Amino acid sequence: MYKEKLRKIEKNIYELPKEAGMHVPGRIFFSEKMIKEVEEDSLKQVRNVALLPGIIKYSIGLADMHVGYGFPIGGVAAFDLDKGVISPGGVGYDINCSVRLLRTNLTKQDILKKQKEVLDALDRKIPSGVGRGSKFQMTRSELNKILEGGAKYLVEKGYGVKEDYLHTEEEGQMKDANASKVSDTAIRRGIGQLGTLGAGNHFLEVLFVEEIFDLEIARAFGLKKDQAVIMIHCGSRGLGHQIASDYIKKMEKEYGFQNLPDRELINAPIKSSLGKDYYSAMCSAVNFAFANKQLITYWIREEMKNLFPKIKIDVVYDVCHNIAKFEEHFIDGKMQKICVHRKGATRSFGPGRIEVPEAYRKVGQPVLIPGTMGTASYVLVGTKKAEEMTFGSTVHGAGRVMSRSGALRKIRGEDTKKQLNQKGIEVKSGSWKSLGEESPEAYKDIEEVVKIVHELGISKKVARLRPLAVVKG
Amino acid sequence: MSMNVDEKFKFLEHTADIKFKAFGNSLKEVFENSALALFNIFYDKKVEEKKAYKIKVNGSDFENLLYNFLEEFLILFDSKNFLPCRIKSIKFNEKKFKITAVVLGDDISNYKANVHVKAITYNGMFVKKQKNNWVSQVLVDV
Repeated sequence: MYKEKLRKIEKNIYELPKEAGMHVPGRIFFSEKMIKEVEEDSLKQVRNVALLPGIIKYSIGLADMHVGYGFPIGGVAAFDLDKGVISPGGVGYDINCSVRLLRTNLTKQDILKKQKEVLDALDRKIPSGVGRGSKFQMTRSELNKILEGGAKYLVEKGYGVKEDYLHTEEEGQMKDANASKVSDTAIRRGIGQLGTLGAGNHFLEVLFVEEIFDLEIARAFGLKKDQAVIMIHCGSRGLGHQIASDYIKKMEKEYGFQNLPDRELINAPIKSSLGKDYYSAMCSAVNFAFANKQLITYWIREEMKNLFPKIKIDVVYDVCHNIAKFEEHFIDGKMQKICVHRKGATRSFGPGRIEVPEAYRKVGQPVLIPGTMGTASYVLVGTKKAEEMTFGSTVHGAGRVMSRSGALRKIRGEDTKKQLNQKGIEVKSGSWKSLGEESPEAYKDIEEVVKIVHELGISKKVARLRPLAVVKG
Repeated sequence: MSMNVDEKFKFLEHTADIKFKAFGNSLKEVFENSALALFNIFYDKKVEEKKAYKIKVNGSDFENLLYNFLEEFLILFDSKNFLPCRIKSIKFNEKKFKITAVVLGDDISNYKANVHVKAITYNGMFVKKQKNNWVSQVLVDV
């Protein structure tokens, strides 16, 4: 039992001590309340990650951690560039599953007056759920440009304004992307899906700013009380899933998996050509996901303009949840370039970092934490403390506590809809089943998760958002 | 938990994703029933048999072969909008880890499918013989 081995270091920080084979200890950022319910298998995964060569400092499980495949979800692991590895399982199948927040010049009251029209318009325009393809048709060569140019390329084609990509992690384009490293199969899976939300936990929400915790930083992010905002949560769709799968198989073929405790932990040395190829392909999927949200943003602007002719919509920020990146961090007294895997985790850089958009560089980057349907979502700000404690990372959401089938036994989609309606939230979903599976009760309490990261100081509360209309995949 | 010998597959508890076990009297059958479990995740009601696709996959071991076999349906799902429902025929070369199969189904747009499967995973995956029966375990990422 790994749970019994946990040692409390201080409030909200637990250590999984180093034992045979582990290069580093595990570090779990849970509250006392949550640690009692920590999944044994997720601790085992934290331990397994610590077995990988070149891992630095510790294998991290954040407050929203739950069992993933290979690496836990809500996990962070950083690797030395010379001795370390890059692993598709450390990024996840939904490469750059990510969140974009838009601010508007509307208020909660403006939305409430047209709540149903807003929901209908967005649901009609933006394909969500299973098997609803995109109206955006493109050629292979155009797709290649998107894979290498990301949101920036789409903006240059007229689908947005410069600030859209400037207010996106990596400025909306991972420059190491190389479309020639993406398989034909991945292309076939993705080419019809640009501008679609997908299903499962992905969504599009219209919310309002319910409470401000830090006035100065909220002002820097362009947020104020009762303002209407829009959140988009989706990823790189079938294209990213196939890239992950393709490289898992390639790495197995090249390196074998016999020595791994879990076949999903397959990896390649960062320096190897296969490691580099995966990174280039992964960057292409990241760009696809950025472009995906850029196109959705474009359509949101079109639809909202019909309903509110004077509306202005700006991108607050766009953060990645599933990604591996080369970043500079302070390790053992000196700045060092390392490879940080964030799987179900958000970058949380504090003030001054060059990676943070100029508009926010004085205060730190916006961190966007989607709640579950009907519960609050949060805007936080990145901190120096995160850079010291978690390789500049924080949580990505609430994290599931109930299986989908478990949720369905307890909760009917119809009841979820009724409950949401009673709270004044309008909702549209691909199916009743999906609504039941994604019911708020199936997730950890977002309030508790946010409280822990705020107390730890790895990101600080700025604003709480409350949903008004939800389009669920 | 007792096993019903006629049972083709069953779903197991998993927090974030969907896990199943499939059963069969032969390797061929356990692969076929694994596919049926996946089809059931896509859509658990009746699907018309209006379209057919032929698939060919290779593998390096049984797990890898099962992964590749099941992945073909995700690829058809995303790239052809194809909702599968039945394996019409399956040829299995156990020594060379090769499968040729014909799958029947319909266009997704005719149904209100619920789940989009992102990927087949190796997490806890196995294909093995237990006494006289074959059993597989698969966790899919949704």
